[in-house]
Amino acid sequence: MGKIASSNSKGGFMGWINDRLPVTQFYKDHLSEYYAPKNFNFWYFFGSLALLVLVNQILTGIWLTMHYKPDASQAFGMVEYIMRDVPWGWLIRYLHTTGASAFFIVIYFHMFRGLLYGSYKKPRELVWLIGMVIYLALMAEAFMGYVLPWGNMSYWGAKVITQLFGAVPFVGDALVEWVRGDYLISDATLNRFFALHVVALPLAIVALVVIHIAALHTVGSNNPEGVEIKQHKDENGKPLDGIPFHPYYTVKDIFGVGVFLLIFLFIVFVKPDMGGLFLEHDNYVPANPAVTPEHIKPVWYFTPFYAMLRAVPDMQLGALIMLLAIVVLFFLPWLDRSPVKSIRYRRWPFKLMLSLFAVAFVILGWLGMQGATELYKLMAQVLTAFYFFYFAWLFFYSRNEKYHEVPTRIEDH
Amino acid sequence: MKKIILLILLMASPLLMAAGGGYYIGEKVQTNIRSTESLRKGAKTYMNYCMGCHSMDFQRYNRVAADLELTEDEMMNGLVLTDAKFTDKMTIAMDEVQAKQWFGKAPPDLTVIAKARGLDWLYNFLINFYADPKSVTGWNNLTLPNASMPHVLWELQGVRTAHFETHTDEEGNEHKEFKNFETVVAGKLSEQEYKDLAGDLVNFLDYSSEPAQLTRMAYAPWVLLFVSLFTFLAYLLKVNYFRDIH
Amino acid sequence: MTDNVNKSRRTLLLSTGAVGVVGAGFAAVPFLKSWLPSERAKAAGGPVKADISKLESGQMLNVLWRGQPVFLVNRTDQQIDVLESLNGKLKDPDSESSVQPEYVDKLYRSRKENLLVVVGICTHLGCSPKYYPDLVPQQFDAEWKGGFFCPCHSSRFDISGRVFSGSPASRNLDIPPYTFLDENTIEIGSDGEQA
Repeated sequence: MGKIASSNSKGGFMGWINDRLPVTQFYKDHLSEYYAPKNFNFWYFFGSLALLVLVNQILTGIWLTMHYKPDASQAFGMVEYIMRDVPWGWLIRYLHTTGASAFFIVIYFHMFRGLLYGSYKKPRELVWLIGMVIYLALMAEAFMGYVLPWGNMSYWGAKVITQLFGAVPFVGDALVEWVRGDYLISDATLNRFFALHVVALPLAIVALVVIHIAALHTVGSNNPEGVEIKQHKDENGKPLDGIPFHPYYTVKDIFGVGVFLLIFLFIVFVKPDMGGLFLEHDNYVPANPAVTPEHIKPVWYFTPFYAMLRAVPDMQLGALIMLLAIVVLFFLPWLDRSPVKSIRYRRWPFKLMLSLFAVAFVILGWLGMQGATELYKLMAQVLTAFYFFYFAWLFFYSRNEKYHEVPTRIEDH
Repeated sequence: MKKIILLILLMASPLLMAAGGGYYIGEKVQTNIRSTESLRKGAKTYMNYCMGCHSMDFQRYNRVAADLELTEDEMMNGLVLTDAKFTDKMTIAMDEVQAKQWFGKAPPDLTVIAKARGLDWLYNFLINFYADPKSVTGWNNLTLPNASMPHVLWELQGVRTAHFETHTDEEGNEHKEFKNFETVVAGKLSEQEYKDLAGDLVNFLDYSSEPAQLTRMAYAPWVLLFVSLFTFLAYLLKVNYFRDIH
Repeated sequence: MTDNVNKSRRTLLLSTGAVGVVGAGFAAVPFLKSWLPSERAKAAGGPVKADISKLESGQMLNVLWRGQPVFLVNRTDQQIDVLESLNGKLKDPDSESSVQPEYVDKLYRSRKENLLVVVGICTHLGCSPKYYPDLVPQQFDAEWKGGFFCPCHSSRFDISGRVFSGSPASRNLDIPPYTFLDENTIEIGSDGEQA
């Protein structure tokens, strides 16, 4: 007792610290001696970019909170106050609004990478599941953030989305009132959304991201070949096809950050509303409970699911379909029963179907932004059906799937 | 890689399609946000004709003066018709309840109207008024039919009536289609002069909707140049490190 | 790895790092600057006008400028006459290290001899001093000749806002910029054309 156990203490300042908090060990475990496959490609930039955007959102978010009041009678004006009266407020706001869209672009690429290379498969099921929870939390975060400027689209978007709780059997209407804290979207709704957007959800997202990375670093990263590098180690227990994350992938990711910033800052400085896609025209009209915007639609990142909701001519069923579209993704690790991870070693039926799936998702997103004509509705119905068919098909097809032989090692290029 | 390109193209496709509405947009407007001259003219028209009814609640006189390179005296004595303070917001004294009685609805605040409506819409709204005895105000508008706003600029544009053609389609439904305007009373300005005035006004509204855009655009090249330099160095560094990997 | 690779790697690391640090520095500027007073704060902190026509001799008027009290005192001749005699007891009788516009007089610290305009904030820790106009002995000073006394930490100032030796405050009370728009109207916060 009384003495701190120090089996490998090296003395000095870091030694003193390490005896009390294993900083060096942590650095080794997650950076300098975390071995990642040596063949990461383009698709592997998006994990670190998501982290970058998260930091951007938190920083700019904290700063916006300093100048904003969640008060229904002032909120619209607060945004304009930030845009005009606060020194550099316009830049901080544009970083935040563009960051919101960038977050989803990056996350959609990140998720599609998982689909391409089977990153959700054993032993990475939990990494995928936690990622899906992050995606859900992010959707809630983005939705509530969108309400805060208190424009007319904020107002009616909030109204439509909270109305979805009305689809819950028996208690639906009471639930809607409870969520809104009023008989309509009001100051009370704005206040609770503000609290959730600024405090609760960011906390949850940060915690989830930490768990996501912890789970990943336990099982190790997948790669475009879908080969497990941990199965071939040298005499020191170091994966033969792995390279230390730091410095190799830190250096590579910094280059990725540069390219990302180039595109991101171009949007922020040159086209921040992206022609109404990132900042919608109707949200420059103050919230008006008496007038619905002509084209009521969510921001682009929700539109694939919104298209599904609209495609179903029944409110409860539509809400259910929309929910299922997200829920089904949670089951992906068990729906895909093929032992092969990477698309590189799967045959043409999978390649074709996954491509169609991605295209269907994008077209659904486009449809969700359009006015509801009969043709568009029919298209949305067909594509929604295909969206679900893909998973059913995958379940049966992957059972006895024919595939190319998978190498045991990552070959030199 | 082909798939990626396809994906990106598909994602961008909604951007390429302009959001169409049911509004009549006869011609596009050309504005130059960098022309201080044009912005000043637009500001003058705004103060003289619009600000009687339309506030700019989020904009301050001193900000407009600074961006339009006007002194306090030029701004407050040359442009502004009220005895507002230089640092005041551009609010108006009109009572909302009274306004509703006069116009049926309160005239909207115009600070960010250019973001909400778009420049072409505003321009076409301004140039497409015509006299219509059936309307309460005596005026109607091609771009916003049954608008509750009268033609405030009629002295400048003159009085015009509109001619419509009625078409019957295959299903027997009648469609009224705009044919042309006829000038009844000439205005103080020629047609081109009036269009220029409307263009300058739209330019000013565009500026007002986001005064920071002047700053933003000025910084853009430098920011991007700097990030390009960083990215280039980061690329060389990455290539250097990955020479180790075989 | 050859020495050559090593050398160019070090150069690249340093240059990328340097550009990155400079970039981070640039990025920090908007965040830091957004804490400066906004246009709204500046507008609210603009000059304020006060009517001094009803300010009787010996009376004080308290005007808010930038959220702080500004005392306008119409000093009596008696109050002014003793000023010079106090010089020996003061820390900075000539106001050499105080915050005041150049156009105010050294002794009276005002544009008009009898009218004192002073920021009513103690230069010690920011309490607002109280006005004790009468030239009678006080609890805190047996030889009181009229002036301001800060209840927080007992700083004493004469009727020109000059601080007495032995007070915790070290600087005289601040004089704001001000100008007379006409006979009866003063504007606090602007120097006027005489500046």
